[in-house]
Amino acid sequence: MRNIIPILTVVGLLILVWYGAAVALNAQWARDVAARADRTLTFSELVADTWSQEKPKLPAPHQVGAELWETTVMKKVTSKRSLVYHTWVTFSATFLGFVMGTALGTLLAVGIVFNRTMDMSVMPWVIASQTIPILAIAPMIIVVLNAVGLSGLLPKAIISMYLSFFPVVVGMVKGLRSPDQMQLDQMRTWHASGWQTFWKLRLPSSMPYFFTSLKVGVAASLVGAIVGEMPTGAVAGLGARLLAGSYYGQTVQIWSALIMAAALAAVMVGLIGLVQRITLKRMGMA
Amino acid sequence: MMGWVLFAIVAWLVGLSVNIWLARQKPSRWATLASPIVFGLTLIAVWEGVVRGFDINQVLLPAPSVIAARFATSLDILWIDFVQTVIKGALSGYIIGCGAAFLTALAIDRFPFLQRGLLPVGNFVAALPIIGMAPIMVMWFGFGWQSKAAIVVVMVFFPMLVNTVQGLQASDAMQRDLMRTYAAGYWRTLLKLRLPAAMPFVFNGLKIGTTLALIGAIVAEFFGSPVLGMGFRISTSVGQLALDLVWAEIVVAAIAGSAFYGIMALIEGRVTFWHPSQRT
Repeated sequence: MRNIIPILTVVGLLILVWYGAAVALNAQWARDVAARADRTLTFSELVADTWSQEKPKLPAPHQVGAELWETTVMKKVTSKRSLVYHTWVTFSATFLGFVMGTALGTLLAVGIVFNRTMDMSVMPWVIASQTIPILAIAPMIIVVLNAVGLSGLLPKAIISMYLSFFPVVVGMVKGLRSPDQMQLDQMRTWHASGWQTFWKLRLPSSMPYFFTSLKVGVAASLVGAIVGEMPTGAVAGLGARLLAGSYYGQTVQIWSALIMAAALAAVMVGLIGLVQRITLKRMGMA
Repeated sequence: MMGWVLFAIVAWLVGLSVNIWLARQKPSRWATLASPIVFGLTLIAVWEGVVRGFDINQVLLPAPSVIAARFATSLDILWIDFVQTVIKGALSGYIIGCGAAFLTALAIDRFPFLQRGLLPVGNFVAALPIIGMAPIMVMWFGFGWQSKAAIVVVMVFFPMLVNTVQGLQASDAMQRDLMRTYAAGYWRTLLKLRLPAAMPFVFNGLKIGTTLALIGAIVAEFFGSPVLGMGFRISTSVGQLALDLVWAEIVVAAIAGSAFYGIMALIEGRVTFWHPSQRT
């Protein structure tokens, strides 16, 4: 809690910079309009104008706030114009991909830890797989999966899965290997089988690593879902809102979708943090 | 047709047994290098066999040999796309972003108050889907490579900033006290102690940035670009169902990404040779 004042200061500074930047970026447009009407703007008029344009280069925070209020609280959640609806679409793809990625990542990690052949041959490729910018081929994956008859949620979830399995593999391998030699020897003196060592020692001691990689994974998963929504023709979801906004120059819409995505990321990471704290406390590790 | 399926199965069995044999050998540099290569070759062989054996449509999944042929015949296109996206977009943005983040971290380091506020906020921002700002950057900086560099700057900035700020705190009190007993001032302590101690963290940020930079530059091209660039080529070729060209671009992206990461890891090894993780 001692960090709360510094954090608020930094956030406050960021908002100030945002307002300032809005004036600087939108001033040209405001001046052009005024020049056409043969007027010159005083400074306060200029500021007022730059903070309330219809299609500003950079909308001021309160404009984005108003748009957010308009599209979340004032609209019915089932409406296609409601941001809650689009957020839900993105969230469901994110969540499905995240669950699949976590499962795949955990399985791979267990395999890597228990099988030397897998460790030597698969691990380097897991790392290499992430240097391929999967987001770049997202459009292709969507199109190809559509051609085989898969559409809707699953193609997006697959992209999310590809992005989120990697942090889980790396974190879990590290976690499952975190018990030291002394503890492993202890298990051996108890004549524990490999299975028992896994359940009673390796898995519990990997939990802190597990949750840390889940947080990274869920953030990556959200990015995957958003980018996966772009090439599908901008039907629904936060990514679609971004694309539609950029086509029609609706900057306020883009920014509100961005803020919504940020909020979604924050909520998901926060929830995992909460589960982490409760679990680790019950296990006596925190 | 059956021949190819059989080929895939045989290739898989051979690859598997070679790798099991390798894993049983005494661990050596040679074995750790050979094992992933065998795995990769097996994967390509199985891919080729399955695609040909089951007669999968070339539009869905081209065989590796087709991709290789396409790669060889369209080297000129691939090269101009590479220059546009990787050199102009990703690399310039990467250098500007990492440089700016490094200098910002040095400035913030002098104010502990800002530091305490900035670390949580920076960590939070680093977890946000910043790639979503790509359309805004295209709007601000136009269709050229400048907008791609701009989104890369934003994407690499926060991971780099957070890592550098953390790195600058890495030297411990004992070491700093020692510097004080040497009568070393702020700058001397920074140069001789704190910056070297920060290097493992700095390189961590630099390595995270390499993948982000490539992704940012390619995805930003989906929102508008001149008629060249890897992202442009990928999105238009998907529309024309020329998937062999798309895969060729992916191969380029993979090679560029691995090389970029590899170079950073190599420099890291040289600079932070003293760190436990680098000693073998």
